[in-house]
Amino acid sequence: MDTMMNSPSQANAPEGKHAHLFDRSTHEKLDLSKEDIALEVRDLNLYYGDARALNNISMKIPAKRVTAFIGPSGCGKSTLLRCFNRMNDLVDSCRIEGELLLEGQNIYERGVDVAELRRRIGMVFQKPNPFPKSIYENVAYGLRLQGVKSKRVLDEVVERSLRGAALWDEVKDRLHENAFGLSGGQQQRLVIARAIAIEPEVILLDEPASALDPISTLKIEELINELKDQYTIVIVTHNMQQAARVSDYTAFMYVGDLIEYGDTDTLFTNPLKKKTEDYITGRYG
Amino acid sequence: MKNWWKSGTPWIWLTGGAVTISMIMVFGLILLILVRGFGTFWPHAIVETSYSLPGKESERVVGVLRRSESLAAGVIREAGIPLPEGQVVVTRHLIKAGNRDVTGRDFQYFLDDFLGEWHYPREMVMLERREWGDFFGMPLRLLEQGQVVVDGEGLWPEFQQRLKRSNSLFDEIRRIERGAIGNINFAMERVRLDRRRAELRGTLNAAVEADLQARMERLNADYAVLEQRLNSLYAEARRDSIVLRAASGQEITVRLADIVNAWQPNNMSIPAKLGTYVVNFFDFIFGYPREANTEGGIFPAIFGTVTMVLVMSIIVTPFGVLAAIYLREYARQGPLLKAIRISVYNLAGVPSIVFGVFGLGFFIYFLGGGIDRMFYPEALPAPTFGTPGLFWASLTLALLTLPVVIVSTEEGLARIPSTIRQGSLALGATKGETLWKVVVPLATPAMMTGLILAIARAAGEVAPLMLVGVVKLAPTLPIDSNFPFIHLERKIMHLGFHIYDVGFQSPHAEAAEQLVYATALILVLLIVMLNLTAITIRNRLREKYKSDSD
Repeated sequence: MDTMMNSPSQANAPEGKHAHLFDRSTHEKLDLSKEDIALEVRDLNLYYGDARALNNISMKIPAKRVTAFIGPSGCGKSTLLRCFNRMNDLVDSCRIEGELLLEGQNIYERGVDVAELRRRIGMVFQKPNPFPKSIYENVAYGLRLQGVKSKRVLDEVVERSLRGAALWDEVKDRLHENAFGLSGGQQQRLVIARAIAIEPEVILLDEPASALDPISTLKIEELINELKDQYTIVIVTHNMQQAARVSDYTAFMYVGDLIEYGDTDTLFTNPLKKKTEDYITGRYG
Repeated sequence: MKNWWKSGTPWIWLTGGAVTISMIMVFGLILLILVRGFGTFWPHAIVETSYSLPGKESERVVGVLRRSESLAAGVIREAGIPLPEGQVVVTRHLIKAGNRDVTGRDFQYFLDDFLGEWHYPREMVMLERREWGDFFGMPLRLLEQGQVVVDGEGLWPEFQQRLKRSNSLFDEIRRIERGAIGNINFAMERVRLDRRRAELRGTLNAAVEADLQARMERLNADYAVLEQRLNSLYAEARRDSIVLRAASGQEITVRLADIVNAWQPNNMSIPAKLGTYVVNFFDFIFGYPREANTEGGIFPAIFGTVTMVLVMSIIVTPFGVLAAIYLREYARQGPLLKAIRISVYNLAGVPSIVFGVFGLGFFIYFLGGGIDRMFYPEALPAPTFGTPGLFWASLTLALLTLPVVIVSTEEGLARIPSTIRQGSLALGATKGETLWKVVVPLATPAMMTGLILAIARAAGEVAPLMLVGVVKLAPTLPIDSNFPFIHLERKIMHLGFHIYDVGFQSPHAEAAEQLVYATALILVLLIVMLNLTAITIRNRLREKYKSDSD
């Protein structure tokens, strides 16, 4: 476990590009002044009934970068991710305080169109969840919801999205077959294609590779690398190697607290906090 | 022994035994219905023998052996019939001797001890008649307009040919009576209702009256033509008759017009019997009942059952599905919803006759009466919808089967993985869009399951139907060529009720027995067929919407 966890940090030495930005006292010293900010979380508290699941989270997510959330199970990283596109609204007992800004606008304000918000912030889940429709219809679903009927437009977007998700070559001959005929890894890439078909600004990935085999995982990771040129990506993962491999910034969470947020290279090689170090060296989690 | 108990083996035996006993009972039931039901159509051999009870005159017996049974001799002795000392068991035979019009009774028991030798004369004929049941006898002469045409040699082929002719005439008569004349009657009733409507609205003036008169005259003229045609057909059909000698020795003349079918079962090879068997089976399925339902076919009952079940499905599916979607997807979980659920589930446990009473009281008298006053005032006081009929029977059964559909649909909705809903929501779909585009299509197999259960329940139900629309004999089918083609207000026949009626309300219990089994068989086959159709559709849907979770 130890060697496995340490290998990526050794590969990325501390002289990484953002390493000099850190002082050892707090993660909030992370300098994002050179980045565009896609999302900003301000003093976010989240309760399930009376239990507090997220404590006073404040952070900025840089645009067109990959930001990873890591932490042991139950630390609130998925919960935080789901705040970004208001998926937590589906949980009856869930209550949220604080602000979450998308381009300066609080998405938890009254009168925000949640469907519209989710069109701008797409999401991919842990388990591939294609719809029981053809591959084509899966990708076209979001566009059809927006009322796009033109076959030409749909064809174009489907192809572009499938190419974008590195799936086109594998499925181009069977676009109209049921999506369940695809392998798990293909299904997950299909779901990503479905998400990028509606051209969101942000893509949230909730442990996208945890249900996949190593080769499919690799493909997904390559895909993430390609996608970050166009999209802001936030990924939750419990695989620290993966976080180290794909992300530019990493946030470590523990029992509802954001413990440390920083440049990925720094966080894995030179963590500021004892808890972070304990976790990435495999002492718990 | 103790170890044996501990090992759990007794449990295996106990549970396995329960399964075995259930299977034996189910298969026994199906086997009985199959054997008795399918046996009905076989042309059994006709036996000729003599019967001489001591102290009574010997009589000739001709007929078909229905069954044999053993009795304690004591019972017979007590009835005053002397049996040899020491005899313990007597065999008696139930023989169907037919000729109800001649002898007054067509089924009779005969003690084996007093029966003579059994012959199977090859020439012996069995006639299936339109009235008075079957006739057994020896053919003697064929008559045309009372004059002998064939006597002895070559009689049977000639008879067959003439029977075919008379049957085709009869079919023609039936077609005119049921079809053309039925349509004219329907149109005449329309004219009467139109006049009454005009009267009620105060729009009956000379022009309208003249128009109605003209329509009526046209119809009367049409009717006169048909009547003439019918009369000539009847005269044609009455041309031939056959003379037969009954068991008693009497010579009986039977008009060919009164004969449905005729066989010489003793003269038939096995393939010929098989052919007759198939013909009989189809006659049973596609024929109309005769003689207070104890003879003939059951087509109206099959047709009525299927129509009723289909109409019920059309009513119950949308209601049940919509209710289930609301309960599962929109309603706020809480004590009220719990109470509603419990009520719905318990609705399935209410005795069906209670639904019948409700249907009669609320649907028919209240709703139907209201509809009549609003939309059919011209027909009053004769009710249109204010009387039992197809629609009310279907509606009552829909109510009865609603819980089944609701419960299955709810279970289906609950089984759909939340990840799929979230996937749709995450793409910017609203709850409604997610529901109708993803969730409901996925739940269709579960809805079909509900419908299958509903159909099985509805097709077999009898008690409530007697109150809300099923009758012993319906003069017309609920679907015909008269606008609006589906007559929801008409009374229908139903296989379940037919079984009850034939079995328990019939004057000829023995004759009815076989029909009961045969009808039961058809009912079972029909339900199996309806279910298989629904199951096929469900499997298609499942294949279409199959997901990892299945």
